[in-house]
Amino acid sequence: MSRAIEVQDLTRRFGAFTAVDAITVDVEAGEVFGFLGANGAGKTTAIKMLIGLLAPTSGTARVAGFDILTQSEEVRRSIGYMSQRFSLYDDLTVRENITLYGGIYGLTDAEIRERGDGMLETLQLADTRKALVGTLPLGWKQKLAFSVAMLHRPKVVFLDEPTGGVDPVTRRQFWEMIYAAAARGTTVFVTTHYMDEAEYCDRLSIMVDGRIAAMGSPAALKREFGAPSIDEIFVRLARPAAAGAA
Amino acid sequence: MSAPAVIAPDAPLVVPDGAPVVVRGLRKTFGATVALDAVSFAVAPGELFGLVGPDGGGKTTLFRILTTLLVPEAGTATVLGRDVVQDLWGIRSRVGYMPGRFSLYPDLSVEENLRFFASVFGTTLAAGYDLIAPIYRQIEPFKDRRAGALSGGMKQKLALSCALVHRPEILFLDEPTTGVDAVSRREFWDLLDELRRSGLTIVVSTPYMDEAARCQRVALMQKGRVLAIDAPDAIGSRYPRPLFAVHGLPRHALIEALRAFPHAASVQPFGDTLHYADARSTHPADAVVAELLAWVRGRGITEAWAAPIAPGIEDTFIALMGEAAA
Repeated sequence: MSRAIEVQDLTRRFGAFTAVDAITVDVEAGEVFGFLGANGAGKTTAIKMLIGLLAPTSGTARVAGFDILTQSEEVRRSIGYMSQRFSLYDDLTVRENITLYGGIYGLTDAEIRERGDGMLETLQLADTRKALVGTLPLGWKQKLAFSVAMLHRPKVVFLDEPTGGVDPVTRRQFWEMIYAAAARGTTVFVTTHYMDEAEYCDRLSIMVDGRIAAMGSPAALKREFGAPSIDEIFVRLARPAAAGAA
Repeated sequence: MSAPAVIAPDAPLVVPDGAPVVVRGLRKTFGATVALDAVSFAVAPGELFGLVGPDGGGKTTLFRILTTLLVPEAGTATVLGRDVVQDLWGIRSRVGYMPGRFSLYPDLSVEENLRFFASVFGTTLAAGYDLIAPIYRQIEPFKDRRAGALSGGMKQKLALSCALVHRPEILFLDEPTTGVDAVSRREFWDLLDELRRSGLTIVVSTPYMDEAARCQRVALMQKGRVLAIDAPDAIGSRYPRPLFAVHGLPRHALIEALRAFPHAASVQPFGDTLHYADARSTHPADAVVAELLAWVRGRGITEAWAAPIAPGIEDTFIALMGEAAA
């Protein structure tokens, strides 16, 4: 299997503070990889480096086969990104958002029309084409944002807390969309604060104070730590760090 | 046996003596959006009461009415025995409110924020210190830091301290743990437990179903309506069908196989297992397990197991959402 993400000793310092401390991670193509950690553990800094928005202090990483430092343009073209805090423009209609993002990712007008219509059909949101995104229920918005991030058929998609505040049924529908994308070969790199969702991942890592403190499949991690759930492992690893930060 | 199973409705509203919150038939709309519709409940003195549900459920609108910041269109609400519309000044100084959005002064220091909120209520930090001490001590080493420069967990503790410094008789907390990691969430709920044991009534909202278990009673809210009110365990046990945990790989194939099983009422992923509800209410559990395993084996999933389980609050919430949509 080919590797979608290869990270070797990736490090980022801000002054005297080491936000990301020599992390090494490999993610296979088509894998759903959960990237967990307490607030302030360094997840966001690591993701910013992987999507080419922040240069590492040292170490290397390749995403979708491209070097994040020397080929950041190619990296950004090969990935999709969606976060709870920033996804679509509330003041634009559904159609306008699709056109905007399709254009940014270099799709032709015909591709935008064809893929956009197909996407809305699949989501059963064809009637909302002319609605302002801001007027849609949160769950619809999040599913739409994920689909828009997939419009240019990226090799790797980064999802930063995609399901925060969403109802339990929509949350599960969202994860079924993630599985479907992975089954089509897209690599999914996802962060979440819901520990039951962590168990949905093929493999996951838990970051503590800038380092990767544990990595493996949910089942392997539970065996290794002798714990009944990922929640339990997370608390065990992160509590000393959280106590130190408070 | 083929009649659709329905979740038992709530008992009629019972108002305990001295109930610090009583809400009857509350309604509020914003344009075409119905934010609250026929919401009724009562909170007992000293209770830790949870409003549990996703965004858009009406939780924030409800808090804003209870804290006298918004006027309802229909229905009534009293807080500490006073009407939220007629007697707002009798309420404001006696409640503590932590809004969902960070609403402290980012350019003031930690200590300046606390002193400010104390002075607004005509008191001092020293007078409220013993009450906030268990929380404030954790951030006191950073008391000269600008509030805007705090980490998420520390901001949350400062906001709670500011909501408590004037010694309120009741505390309203709107999604205090949203966006906070699993460890900090647990610690925050430990703090709420301590406050409850000191006698304070607390009404708290959360989108996280697992946090409902930390409340004495919860109201499940969805699209402006209360779906059910009860103790967390009791809500789980209202689930109307026999429920089973099923485990097997590949997961996606297992989901599809179970959904195709002729007696499947519902198949939902829960962590590393699936929750399967059987449509036959009187079929013996071991027979269901044997049939399920044979069925998925026939579809190429050989390493599977299944066992009956007790439904939890999230199972019931999902079932109630289905009933509300039907």
